[in-house]
Parts: sequence; structure tokens; C-alpha cells
Amino acid sequence: MKFTKTFMATTALTMVAGIAGADHHMAKEMTIVSWGGAYSKSQLKAYHEPYSAKTGASIINDDSSAEAVAKLRAMNEAGNVTWDVVDVVAADAMRLCDEGLALEIDPDTMLADAPDGTKASADFGDLLVSECFIPSIVYSTTFGYRTDLVGDTPPTDVCAVFDTDAYPGKRSLEKRPINNMEWALLCDGVAKDKVYDVLATEEGQNQALAKLDTIKGDVVWWSAGADTPQLLADGEVIMGSTYNGRLFSVIEEQKQPVAMLWDAQVFDLDGWIIPAGLSPERQARALDYIMFATDTQRLADQAKYISYGPARLSSAPLVGKHAELGIDMAPHMPTDPNNAKNTFLYNYEFWADYRDDIDAKFQAWLAK
Amino acid sequence: MAALTPISRKPFWLVALVVGLFGGFIGLFVGTANGNGPMGVFIGAALLIGLAWFYIYVLKDERAGRGITFAGLGIAGFAAAGMPGLVLGAIFGAIGGWMIYWMYEGRYRAYVPPYLTAGQVLWHFTFRVICGAIFIFLITPILVVLPLSFNAQDFFTFTPEMLRFDPEGYSLKHYRDFFSNNEWQRSFKNSLIIAPIATIISVTLGTLAAIGLSQSHVPGRRAIMAILISPMIVPLIISATGMFFFYSDVGNWLEGLGLGKTFVGYVKVVLAHAVLGIPFVIITVTATLVGFDRSLTRAAANMGADPVTTFFRVQMPLILPGVISGGLFAFITSFDEVVVVLFVGSASQKTLPWQMFTGLREQISPTILAVATILVFISVCLLTTLELLRRRSERLRGMSPG
Repeated sequence: MKFTKTFMATTALTMVAGIAGADHHMAKEMTIVSWGGAYSKSQLKAYHEPYSAKTGASIINDDSSAEAVAKLRAMNEAGNVTWDVVDVVAADAMRLCDEGLALEIDPDTMLADAPDGTKASADFGDLLVSECFIPSIVYSTTFGYRTDLVGDTPPTDVCAVFDTDAYPGKRSLEKRPINNMEWALLCDGVAKDKVYDVLATEEGQNQALAKLDTIKGDVVWWSAGADTPQLLADGEVIMGSTYNGRLFSVIEEQKQPVAMLWDAQVFDLDGWIIPAGLSPERQARALDYIMFATDTQRLADQAKYISYGPARLSSAPLVGKHAELGIDMAPHMPTDPNNAKNTFLYNYEFWADYRDDIDAKFQAWLAK
Repeated sequence: MAALTPISRKPFWLVALVVGLFGGFIGLFVGTANGNGPMGVFIGAALLIGLAWFYIYVLKDERAGRGITFAGLGIAGFAAAGMPGLVLGAIFGAIGGWMIYWMYEGRYRAYVPPYLTAGQVLWHFTFRVICGAIFIFLITPILVVLPLSFNAQDFFTFTPEMLRFDPEGYSLKHYRDFFSNNEWQRSFKNSLIIAPIATIISVTLGTLAAIGLSQSHVPGRRAIMAILISPMIVPLIISATGMFFFYSDVGNWLEGLGLGKTFVGYVKVVLAHAVLGIPFVIITVTATLVGFDRSLTRAAANMGADPVTTFFRVQMPLILPGVISGGLFAFITSFDEVVVVLFVGSASQKTLPWQMFTGLREQISPTILAVATILVFISVCLLTTLELLRRRSERLRGMSPG
């Protein structure tokens, strides 16, 4: 902690003096771990390139976020942590924080204030779900459908997924219970505010699985975010769930005949953690990067490249047009009022408590 | 090849049977693609049998018959499915027309020995068909990748434009991405750094080990051999886990000596890959040493050459083919390897397979296919060069290339 304090002070001083590039107490090179694909590209454009230009630090990308928890554990055990900043979903950040693998962050001293002087803790608000986690985006898991394969009445309701009479054809769902169980209950007549109460019970879980059972033969299960876009482009499925940014890219960048079904989208957070136990130089560099990459302007900049909502309140008004396509990004954000009529927020506590249990049941059901 | 057997015309039923089978087989694919396999089989068989009957009993002009089949099926294909239909229809027509006369005139019999029974002739051709099918089965997955890598879209999909041979549907953008994207370039460079160095280390150590182990007086030869080739037998994931912890310590120690983090990272990956490559070198070199005449080394020693000179002037040139093929295996092992490098390497040592692996999982981008095409091309060139060199050296040594 003494190191942390010393180098927090260094970081603060650097910011004041504005000479971060000339600071000799920071590592020159850093490894940033993220998800790859279009998402890493948006970070490269919005964060990495401006940061390198400003400070001269060189950034190496490692697309290993999918196995971040396991790899960080192994690195920690081997005493050889090679990562400096890691992009993870909120649930993974919580696990890493609980295990002491991530550095605790004090938002008001380690993160930049909003331009109007609002403290970071207020600017991020409720999205600071863990002591170690600095959220950068709000994304949603939602459905896309092939406009040319759903007939004359395109679906407007998430329950179309379970309606194989009106919409015959394959649909792709993620190979895990999270989200699928909620959607199944919602479409089996459970009221939205009761979904987690019902899902906490044995009968509720069976009810959800029974509902999923009605479409089991029509489901293609995906495990990587790129699967559903590929399946939709092939016309192999008529609708499928994936992250909204992937669907944006399919629709607007690849011009595929696909449309969004925002109904009952599930919000989740993605952001940064800094691994615990870095050398002082590397930690100083990581903190300096985080301070830069999560300020109001940078978060708004990322939305120019990918349709994920910035995690700061103060960034929302700054969201502009897509950097290459020139279209307005605001209507494509999951948080846009038109898209967010009916939404879920990923229920961290519920899934932290029930995940292992329901996972086992879900896998057993899949194997049946 | 000269004809071996005088030929005669064959009865219609035999022609009908063979061309019917062929037509049915092709019809199965066309039919399945259109959602009705059995119907396709029936139409394909009936079409060719009908044409055979028409040519044999009505037209009686081979040149006209084959021309009609070729052009007619091409046009029919074009009407049904556009450009790809034209090509496929014309190919089917050309083969079908040729086959009708090949059967009817009995030409299939001309180049097989005259004493074969009907059953043996049948097996003669069935065997070739089976060999061809196996060949297609092996090569198709590689060939499918080639056209897809020129896709104008970012998906692994044959778009309608591509099937129409519309230039709009093709582009070089995935190749451009590979050559301009920093991540791909860096990983390509890393592969080109790591694989050759690992190869040199494994060839050197592997050859020495093989020569040592081929001496009859070495105690515990078999046990040592078993240990040395164990990286090839132990499941890679287990080696990788062990290597991760082992090389973490090695790396920390090296960094403690004041060496740079990136340099140490390369050393770790190169050493790990060298370990994986050594078994291949040992096995190929040991196999070559079996045919090596020991009396040559004794003769060299008799003439006053020390062991090192003997090795480089006498033994090495003779076992070179084994060393080279072992080296090639070691190179490919390192160049293809993804599991160990994922464990041992850090992001600055990201190799090409690692980049392809993450690219495939996180974003199904045809850049991977472009890279695969380039790699296939490089491998073909490499193997061709090697084969040409081998033939040349055998010719120089007065042996016939085999």
C-alpha cells in the first residue's frame, strides 16, 4: 500500500505538471488485455493511439480477456504477471477483486473528474459495482433477426424467439444459462419484476428449462461473440442473441439484411482492472493510462467506433457520429430511450449466488 | 501408352448402368442442394441414360453427341443457376458425354491387360475412383479456403456475388489487412524470429543426441531416448502447463540478471519450441544413421581425421537428408504451435497461430483465410524447392530420382 500511495502521488503530480511523457518513474511499455476484434480496434483508436502520442509509451495488445481470470490466477501463482491493464466484464472483475488479484481503485483520486468538476464517483454513479473495477462501457446482449427470413411481420417482442410457429427456423442462443433463463421465464408468463424470485426456486429453474425445451431442437448454441453474426450472415439462423455492438457492425458496416430486436435486452458492464502486485513503475504507468482512458472525452470517443454506451454520465452528450460511416451513433446505443423501453440489468448478486447451481442444471439439460 | 487390348462396342445396358450411376451421383449433390436428394438422383440418372440411348440409337455421331451434351447442359445450368450453373453444367456435360462413348465404344478396356476378367476390370476402375475420392476428401478443406479469402465481405460465406463470379464479390482487402495491420505483421515477424532459431537449436541438439544414442556403448540408451522423445508423446497441454511454471522461474531468474523483459520472453518461447522440435530430429536422424556405414568413420580416423572433421566431412553429408527433414518438421512444429506459446509467451511474443486462434474465436474474420492461403502457398513452395534440391543432389551423385 505504501508503494501505491507513493505512486498515486507521483501520478497526481504528473497530471498537474502535464509532463507524463517525460516521467522516468513509469514503465515505457505496457501490455493491455482486451477482447479482440472490433472492440479492441475501437479502444486502439479512442485510447491507445492518443495515449501513445501523448506520452510516448508503447502499448502491446493481448486479446485474452476471455480467459482473463484463469490466466491471471496462473500468472500470480507463477509470480510472473505480464499484464498491466486488463479489460474484463464486471462479473469477472468482482471475482478477481475478491481473490485479491486486482488493485483497489479510489475513483476520486485515481480517476479524472468530469469537465464540470463532478467527482468521478458521482459521474460513474451506480456503475462502480466493485472496488477494483473502472467501468468503461455499457453493452447489452440482445437479438438480431434476418429481415428477409421472418416473413411480413418482423418480430418486436423477445418471445418471438420461443414462437417457432410464427417464426420457423433456427435461432442461436448463448451456451450458458445467464440471460436465456430470464428470457424463458419472461415468455412463460412470469412478470418482469418477479423473474429473479422465481428463478431462485427449484420449480422456477425447471420452468425456465421446460420453456427452453420447447425450442431446443431449433437452437444453435454459440460461445464466441462472433458466432451469431456469422450464422446470421450465412442465413443459417433467422434470429440470434449476441452483443449489440456485433449486431451494429453486421447491420451498418457489413450491410447485411439484419435488424435489431431490442426488446428485453440485458445490460452489462465492461471495463478495466489493474492486476495486483505490479512493480511500482508498471503500476504507475497503468494508473496513468487508466486516468487518461476513462476521462469524459475518451469514453465518448470510443462510441465513434462501436455502438456501446459510455459509462460516464458526462460522456453521453458528447457521443457523436461514427468515425467512418458518419451516421449518428446515439440511436444505436443500447441506452437510447427508444431502444431501452424494456430492459434488464445483469443481476450480479443473483448470478454470483446461483451461477454454479444453475450452470450445472443447464449443462445437464443440454446434454439430455 | 499404347492400347493393350482390342476393343469392341458394348451392350446398351452396361453403358446405361455406368452413366446412370455417374448421373445419379452428381444428381445427389444437385438435388440435396435444392432440398430433394432422391429426386436429384433420379433426374441425373434418367438424363444421362436418356442421352446415351439417343446418341447410340438415333444420332450415331460422336462429335455431335459430345458437343450437344457439353453445350446443352452448360446452357441448362446457366438458365437454372447463372454463372456457376454454366460452369458446373458444362463440366458435367463434358464428362457425361465423354463417358457415354467411353463405355459404348469399349475404350475403357483398351489400356488394361487383355487377360483380366470383367470383375478385375471393374475393380481396376473402382480402385481409381476410391483413390480419387480420398484425394478429394483430403484436399477440399484446403481448397475451400482459397476462394473465401478473396471474399469482399467480412464473413466465412460464399456470397451470391461470388457465386455469380461478379468481380464486386471479390476483393483483396483481407490480404491488405494482413499486410497493413500491425497485430498481424507483428505476429508474422515473431513467427519468423522464433521458428528458425528454435529449429537451429533442435537440429543441433537433436542430431548430436541421435549420433550419441546410435553408439552401442552408451549406457541406458533406450531410457534416454524415451525421455528425449517424450515431448512428442505427452499431451501438449500437459507439457505446456509444466513449461509455464518452469519457464516462469527461468524467466524471473534471467530478468534478475538484468536482461530485458521482451528478450527473456523470446528466449523462453524459443527454448520451449526447441524442446518440442528435438524429438522429430532425433527420430529422422536415427533412421538415417541405420543406413550409415560405421567403417567410413574408422577409415577417416585411420587417415588422421579428428572426430570433428570426420563428422563434418564424412558423416554429415551422408545423413544430411535426415537432418533436413527433421529440421523441416521442427520448423513446422514451431511455426504451427499454439498451445505452448499461449502458456509460455506473453503478448509481445504473439506468433501467427496465436493471432489466428484469437482472431477465430473473437472475430471470425476472413483475414485468417488470407493468412492460411499465404501459408499454404509458402508450404507448397518450400516443399517443392526441397524436393527439387533433393533430386538435383541425387542426380549429381548419379542416383536416379525416386
